Amino acid sequence: MLEARPLREPRKCCPDVIGAIGDTPLVELKRLSPKEGVRLFAKLEFYSPTGSVKDRVAKSMMERAEAEGAIQPGQRVIEPTSGNTGISLALICRLKGYPFTAVMPENVTEERTAMLRMHGAEIVYSEGAKGSNGAVEMALDMAERDPSLYMPYQYGNPANPDAHYYGTAQEIIDDLGDVTAFVAGLGTGGTLMGNGRRLKEHDPGTKIVAAEPLQGEDVQGLRSLDDGFIPPIIDISVLDRKILVSNRDGIIWTRKLFEEEGIFAGVSSGAIASVAVRIANELDEGNVVFLVADDGNKYLSAGLWTKSIDELEAIDSTVWW
Amino acid sequence: MATVKIPPVLRPAVSGKSEVEVEGATVGEVLNGLAGRHPETRGQLFADDGELNRFVNIYVNDEDVRVQQGLETGVASGDTVVILPAMAGGGACASAP
Repeated sequence: MLEARPLREPRKCCPDVIGAIGDTPLVELKRLSPKEGVRLFAKLEFYSPTGSVKDRVAKSMMERAEAEGAIQPGQRVIEPTSGNTGISLALICRLKGYPFTAVMPENVTEERTAMLRMHGAEIVYSEGAKGSNGAVEMALDMAERDPSLYMPYQYGNPANPDAHYYGTAQEIIDDLGDVTAFVAGLGTGGTLMGNGRRLKEHDPGTKIVAAEPLQGEDVQGLRSLDDGFIPPIIDISVLDRKILVSNRDGIIWTRKLFEEEGIFAGVSSGAIASVAVRIANELDEGNVVFLVADDGNKYLSAGLWTKSIDELEAIDSTVWW
Repeated sequence: MATVKIPPVLRPAVSGKSEVEVEGATVGEVLNGLAGRHPETRGQLFADDGELNRFVNIYVNDEDVRVQQGLETGVASGDTVVILPAMAGGGACASAP
């Protein structure tokens, strides 16, 4: 007869998959580092439940809303998101019991839509020609007209940069100590603001560098420059450099990351890596850290690793990141 | 002489051209030179106080001048001055036309 074994508390166990967010690996890239005295490190955010850095942001925003009583049990959550944030919010909302609506441009890739639907999200499409500005505009309008909706609003929510201030940046400091330059993509600004503030507190000399996608003309879709959009959480004074990267360079470096270092990353990470290597080239010594925001799975259907650059269709008129 | 890249939203103000050659040793001189030749661009490029319109990003080659010396940022002969509208990002979007 079997005897019941005594229950033992696990030493390190997450209460659910939300608890597995954060504490991502920092990996040295010796093959891509251009100089002996300069070390290049990638913070691999695809080691997260949904495979992107946005898990940190979604967790931080939802947990703060709960802590502050800004959201009621079962209340519907809505967010303008063209991809990763939507997938992260969809997972977290499902586990926490909130229905979720993603507002996104009608022309996003199939993988995005499929993953959102798997997590039970409702999708509302905004006009593709208006790009992400159109999704932001539509979601703000919907939330204003319907007070039963709760919008975390990653573009304006301080819990977005705080996810990095208290999480990502602290992990980098704990793992590495001295950071000469930190490079990340500029989207909502959350990654750069949160990491930038914390890393500069640790060492005021740390250079904070933004890599920015050069958007194709077809996706600019503005009637007037005054229809432009600057995320409210962005404070440009945190940045030391802000560098445009073409889609072509982003794709070339996404492949280099995979072929030379075995890192299967998304297109933004290739673009960011290209800027990190450029900064490394300008230094004589030091540590350059860049953030790999997501993995390459969502980009497989575009043929990024299987077609030649010239075979890829509409490189410049596609929004890759 | 610098080459100024004009975004689609500004092209009606420069007779449909996608790039224009303009003299100037700083970003301010180049943009004022552009606005002198194409007056309709002035109200879009500059705010009332003469500073850059907040929804306009200007790059010399590929670096944003707002984190350099703003309108005082130097422009060398052969440089490209890129005018871009401020857009919402943050999606890692992978959308196709």
